[in-house]
Amino acid sequence: MRNTVDRNEGSISEKHLDYAGAKMGMWIFLFTEILFFGGLFLLYSVYRVKYLADFHSSASELDIVLGTANTIILLTSSMFMALSISSLRKGRKGRSILFQLITIGLGVFFLVNKYFEWSAHIHQGIYPDSPVLLDMARGRIIFFSLYYVMTGLHGLHVLIGVAIIAVMAAFTQRETVSPLDFVKLENTGLYWHFVDIVWIYLFPLFYLIT
Amino acid sequence: MSEAIVPRHGLNSRPYLLVWIGLVALTAATVTVARLNLTAFAALISIGIATVKAGLVLIFFMHLKYEPLILKVMLGIALLALSLIILLTFSDVWYRWGAHVHP
Repeated sequence: MRNTVDRNEGSISEKHLDYAGAKMGMWIFLFTEILFFGGLFLLYSVYRVKYLADFHSSASELDIVLGTANTIILLTSSMFMALSISSLRKGRKGRSILFQLITIGLGVFFLVNKYFEWSAHIHQGIYPDSPVLLDMARGRIIFFSLYYVMTGLHGLHVLIGVAIIAVMAAFTQRETVSPLDFVKLENTGLYWHFVDIVWIYLFPLFYLIT
Repeated sequence: MSEAIVPRHGLNSRPYLLVWIGLVALTAATVTVARLNLTAFAALISIGIATVKAGLVLIFFMHLKYEPLILKVMLGIALLALSLIILLTFSDVWYRWGAHVHP
């Protein structure tokens, strides 16, 4: 398909595409995201040193099974995201859209699990500024505050990712995103994989270090 | 668009599946290690495994393997900045409030 595009003539279809520039712009945005989450990881590590015992006892109250399931869900969604891009580039539009929809489905599944997880904690009276939480040891208050802020911020990123992939699926259907111009989908993929990487670190820090 | 602008790599599905299998295996490994209660090293091992997983996602899913050197250098600087910020603050805090104060 690429070979049919005439390089010298393109009066009507000529569009200014800068594949390398578009991708570098996305990466630079991701660097700002690294430092954004990085600040919270810094807070986590500092307070973990100060309140080691409280952090360990609080972490043991989180559901490892649910956390592990959510890890597998996000890793699988990342694979489908990558496959949707390679499918599109091979000219398989239908399959690419299907893989994007699977990615969306897995993202929503992740958020549903998160909803049940948070509901269980809130039901126990553990939520930011709750009387039950404020009565606990200082380290536990900080642990659960960081838990809500960091997984909440991550969940917000998953939600935004799901919305953007939905737009990309529509773009792919309309061929705004095509095998010739797929950088929008690829940048969406970069964002989604970044969100996956953040969870890869959140999972051991909140669920496993007990 | 010329041939040179659009990359031709990463079209094969097989590597993505293999990387996914690796990522799931590492997740199983990190959960197992956490259950073993190796207290002193558990945290370091968990972070180590997470870093290997993040590396796999970066290199294969995010195609870092095929990116130009300039991008790798830029990412390296961003990660180095974050590591330094965490390491320096962490070492300072460890010295003040370390395990000997709060066992």
